[in-house]
Amino acid sequence: MEVPILKQGHYLIASIQSALTDADLSQLREALITRVGKFRARGVIVDVTALDVMDSFAVRTLRDIAHMARLRGAETVIVGIQPEVAFAMVQLGLTLKGVATALDLEEGLAFLNQHPEGRLPDRPSPGRNPRG
Amino acid sequence: MADEVRLAIAADVDVVQARQRGRELASEAGFSNGDQTVIAAAISEIARNIVNYAKRGEITLRLITNGDRQGVIVIAEDHGPGIRDVVQAMEDGYSTSGGLGLGLPGARRLMDEFEVHSVIGQGTTVTMTKWRRKTS
Repeated sequence: MEVPILKQGHYLIASIQSALTDADLSQLREALITRVGKFRARGVIVDVTALDVMDSFAVRTLRDIAHMARLRGAETVIVGIQPEVAFAMVQLGLTLKGVATALDLEEGLAFLNQHPEGRLPDRPSPGRNPRG
Repeated sequence: MADEVRLAIAADVDVVQARQRGRELASEAGFSNGDQTVIAAAISEIARNIVNYAKRGEITLRLITNGDRQGVIVIAEDHGPGIRDVVQAMEDGYSTSGGLGLGLPGARRLMDEFEVHSVIGQGTTVTMTKWRRKTS
């Protein structure tokens, strides 16, 4: 099942509607990375509110989306991880380290507005490591 | 739903189907929403292992009782290549498929009982059980 991707200003919003197979997740990754370039997007929001399970493949794919989008100049925020899903993820050892998350779509948009691409607090600021 | 469900696992859609059926069975047995998610996540990991390593196999989901306790047992069986080193396969971060290496160790953390039996060249059986907490 294909995930609809909406364009809103400089952001892309992927709203997952139902359970996804591994192939669906990979397709979402390709579609988002292509569209970051096509629409010159600065931010990507993946809304996972509808996902009732996130296993290692789903988490790896979301992490890949975030890292690939960053290499293309866009920040990614994962929004809507449900409390039970978060609990199971932690038990599985899945942390989404290095990937921004927010409670819901509204918070995700606020996060992107506050952290334009290249100014995330966990990223080295330009000039701090001139040789890097 | 019957107290036992057998599912053929051969593709990624079967992985989704297996975890959804597992959730349904757990819900029927009165597990909390949180425990249903935990069971579904564990099933997802071991079902994916079947597809990745053995191509095909079978998952059996069964409701069980032990005295006044009720639980769900999940048996994942395949006739794939088997696991060369089960101890290593149970370590976090060990993977021969380029994955995160959290499948087996992660599933073990999610469930109450967990057992892997594997014979090289013959296949692998993972048996795992989650018991319903008295308060849930």
